[in-house]
Amino acid sequence: MVTIITIYSILAFCLVFSFWKNRQKTFKAFKIATKGFLKTAPSLFMLLGIVGLILGILTPETIERLIGKEAGFLATGVAAILGAITLIPSLIAFPLAGSLLRSGATIMTISAFITSLVMVGTITAPMEIKSLGKKFTLMRNGFSFLGALIIAAIMGVILQ
Amino acid sequence: MNIIKEFKIPIIIGIIYLVLAFWLSDTAERSFFVVIDYAKEMVFIIPPVFILMGLLEVWIPKDKIQQWLGSSSGLKGILISFLMGTLPTGPLYVAFPMTAALLKKGASISNMVIFLGSWAALKIPQLLVEIKFLGGAFTLLRFVLTLTVVVVIGLIMQVLLKESHDKAWLENV
Repeated sequence: MVTIITIYSILAFCLVFSFWKNRQKTFKAFKIATKGFLKTAPSLFMLLGIVGLILGILTPETIERLIGKEAGFLATGVAAILGAITLIPSLIAFPLAGSLLRSGATIMTISAFITSLVMVGTITAPMEIKSLGKKFTLMRNGFSFLGALIIAAIMGVILQ
Repeated sequence: MNIIKEFKIPIIIGIIYLVLAFWLSDTAERSFFVVIDYAKEMVFIIPPVFILMGLLEVWIPKDKIQQWLGSSSGLKGILISFLMGTLPTGPLYVAFPMTAALLKKGASISNMVIFLGSWAALKIPQLLVEIKFLGGAFTLLRFVLTLTVVVVIGLIMQVLLKESHDKAWLENV
C-alpha cells in the first residue's frame, strides 16, 4: 500500500509538471513507456508463471521442514539456495524467518536465507538479462550470492 | 519449429501446471492463487513505473545523469543511488528497465549495482517489517553489512566490466 501511494504520488507530481512544461514531450514519454512495456510484457508473464510454481511448491511449511531445526552448515547452505531461488514478499518472508528462529534454526541459517532472498534473484534473472545483459546479470547475482554467504557467516558469529 | 523454440519456456511452464493440476491439485491451486496475487501487484505498479521511465528519458539530459551518477560522481553518486534504491517503489523487476535507461544516459556501473542492491535488499518498508520480526540488532547489522557488500560488488564490477561492457547490448534495448 505504501508502495502504491508513493509511486502514484511521484507519478502525479511528475506528470502535472511535465504537462505544464511541454505537452509534446509528455506524449513522447508515453510513447516510450508503451514501447518499453510491450518489450517487457512477455518476460513478465513468464515471471508470473515461474513465481506461481515455486511458491506453490515451496510453501512456508516446506521451507520450515527444510531449514528448521537441523543446525549446522548444511542447513545454512540449503537456506541460502532456497533464498536465492525464491521470490517471497517481505511481509511473508520476515514473519517466516522469525518463526524459524523461534523453532530452533540458527542465526546464521536465518541470515543466509534472508540475505540471499533479497540479494539474489534467480527468478528475475531472465528479466535482468533482457534489460542489462548476460554478463552483468550473472556477475551481479553471483557476487551477491557469495556476499550473502559472507554476511550470514559474520552475523552468525556476532549475534551468537 | 521456430514457434516452439521461441515459446519453449512458456510451453514448459504450461505443461508443468497441467501435470500439477492432475497430480497435485493442492499445489496447482496454491500456485494459481500466487499468480493472481502477483498479477494484481503488477497491474498497479508496472504502468506508472514505465511512464516515469518515459518522463526520465525525455526530461533529464544526459550530462545531468553523468554528473550525478557517472563514473566521476564519487561519494555523491553512491549516496544518490543508495537513496533512490531505498524509496518504496515496488518489486525488483521494475528496476531493471529503469537501470538500463540510466546506464544508457551515462550512469556508472558501480552506481547502478548499488542502486539495484539497495532496491532489492535495503527498502525502508521492508526494514520496518524486519525490525518487528527479527529485532533491531539483526536488522541494523544486516543493513550495514549488506550496504558494504553491495558497494564492494559495485566497485568490483565497475573494474571488471569497464573494458568489456557490452555497450552494444544497451544500444539494442
